Amino acid sequence: MFEYGYTIIPSIVLGVLSRLSMLRIDSRQYPSYPQGTFSHLTLGIIAAALGSVAVPALAEKEFAAVTFLALAAQQFRDVRNLERQSLDNMEPTELVARGTAYIEDIAKAFEARNYMTILTSVIVSIVIFTLTQANIHKTLAILIGILIGFIAIIYFNRAISRQTIQDIADVYPAKIEFQGPLLTVNGVIIMNIGLKASREIYMKNGIAVEIIPKDENGIATLANLGQRQAIQHNAATQLGIRKDKDEPDFTPIARRDPHTGNVVMAIVSLEPDVECLVEAVKNTIVLESSKRKPLDSKAGRKAAD
Amino acid sequence: MDVGLKDTILAIITTDRDVVSSGSVPIFYAKDEDEKEKIALLIAKVTLGMIHDLENGCYIIVKH
Repeated sequence: MFEYGYTIIPSIVLGVLSRLSMLRIDSRQYPSYPQGTFSHLTLGIIAAALGSVAVPALAEKEFAAVTFLALAAQQFRDVRNLERQSLDNMEPTELVARGTAYIEDIAKAFEARNYMTILTSVIVSIVIFTLTQANIHKTLAILIGILIGFIAIIYFNRAISRQTIQDIADVYPAKIEFQGPLLTVNGVIIMNIGLKASREIYMKNGIAVEIIPKDENGIATLANLGQRQAIQHNAATQLGIRKDKDEPDFTPIARRDPHTGNVVMAIVSLEPDVECLVEAVKNTIVLESSKRKPLDSKAGRKAAD
Repeated sequence: MDVGLKDTILAIITTDRDVVSSGSVPIFYAKDEDEKEKIALLIAKVTLGMIHDLENGCYIIVKH
């Protein structure tokens, strides 16, 4: 096998690097550190190894080995199920739920990242292998392979990076008011809060935002309940929410103005700083499964003007 | 699995006997506004429900 060491080793290294570049540990703490991260890193190494042996296996006319590769690739589809299940199980323990759409999006991302790793490895091994077949010196072939590998990593990272809310909408601070027991933000009714003490807390510490979509695509995307749930979750986790399990009054709810498609949300956070809320909402990702593009259809374009 | 009554009225707290009639939902009569607030809060804490104001002297508790 080590006849092909010069293709296999660089492509495994590049593959693992590509997985590492997509394995970020940030405020979301997902994948969780250290155990979750470690298992994903291990899977990444396996994926890289799979991708890098594909070309040498073909060169040796080991077609059975290639079918085994396909079988192994199937395993990565389970990554999605695994992530979905574990997030679903944790959902009741969240004060503000992530929502099924957000969970689906995270699960999809983890599956896709493993495929990116396999692809990076395959690309590097193809480049090195073909260059050496074309009688180019091995060292040079490996160097070119590594270069192409890095370009692939950058390209894939760009290709799967997702939009954030600030790309599809403007976010402004908004005003909380009560019409009797009804909590309203900029005139849009959010919910009925009966308890006077809760209303006082809202008036004193509550902050609110209005999300104004830039076009019809944004309106349709923000209408999705899963997308709004993701915004609520992000705002609550980043600002720190003033709520416990037995205080449903303070659950942040993003409601839609049915006339304009604008979305408003009020939240009582531990730190009532509206600038931070605007920032948190702006940086929420646009969920792949919530994204709608009515403007790409003929009827949608016509209806928009 | 989490089993419970959701999105239904769990209890009614009122100061006005005329606006409610007995049914399947427990009704709690309060002497005045303050007592109404207090009973509503106590029931809401037990049921993990939310208090809604019907503006006719009634509070309802609903779990969402």
